Amino acid sequence: MKKCKVIVIPCSGIGKSLGTVGRVATYKVIEQLRPNDTRTVCLALLTMGDPEARRLVKENPCISIDGCPAQCSKKNIEASKGDLAYSIMVTDILRENRGLKPEGVIQLNTQGEKLAEIVARKIVEKVDDTCTRTIFRRM
Amino acid sequence: MALAKDKVGIISCSGEDLPEGTISRVATRIVLEKLRPDDTVTICLPLFLAGSEDERAFARVFPTIAVDGCSKKCAETGTKKFSGKPVATIVVSEIMKKYPSLKVKSKEKLSPEEMELARKVAEEIAKKVDEILCKKIK
Repeated sequence: MKKCKVIVIPCSGIGKSLGTVGRVATYKVIEQLRPNDTRTVCLALLTMGDPEARRLVKENPCISIDGCPAQCSKKNIEASKGDLAYSIMVTDILRENRGLKPEGVIQLNTQGEKLAEIVARKIVEKVDDTCTRTIFRRM
Repeated sequence: MALAKDKVGIISCSGEDLPEGTISRVATRIVLEKLRPDDTVTICLPLFLAGSEDERAFARVFPTIAVDGCSKKCAETGTKKFSGKPVATIVVSEIMKKYPSLKVKSKEKLSPEEMELARKVAEEIAKKVDEILCKKIK
């Protein structure tokens, strides 16, 4: 049976700290928490219509991580006809954790790092769920 | 979008899949926050596709510098495709050739060595910003 590989794509918004939160959370997942089940693709490469990036998002379930309501990651995956399994908004998770005040783009402050941890846990939840559903679908 | 004259737009690829993408992003922010805060603005590259005509007008209003991590030059291509041709393009992997002792490996947290490279890239961007603004004054 083909192994499930979930593509996690953050928006990497460069104007605000929430773009960095999404990016840092993604690396926590793909490098530490679920390295065997996940990978990422450069969002700009996908946006430019790179055939390999498009193939990856069509053939694998994707999770978009967006820092603002423009939802660049989600919209670009959809525009590439990708298999969007889940869409996570960092702003929604921040709303659930109102005490946190993330700051910094080059380097997140401690609260930003904490929010990134929470977002990473949410991504892991969705990755595990996506993998389970994909395995059943392929059985 | 609020428009301002005599600003240079810096557009970073921020490539998630390569350490050079993180260098491009950090270098861009160093220029925006520290080296030329009064002369530069930025926009998220994927916003060109996801955004409205306001975002796409960006490079028609501002002269732009594309900062790319690799030879695929997504920032340059994307800016040209959705907005307007960048005045200059800086490619991190090209600049790295000038500093063979500075190695890049991490995508998340940059080591002191990687930060040093990001600063070198930022200085190159700042140089281009100065060139562009001087050209405009002439």
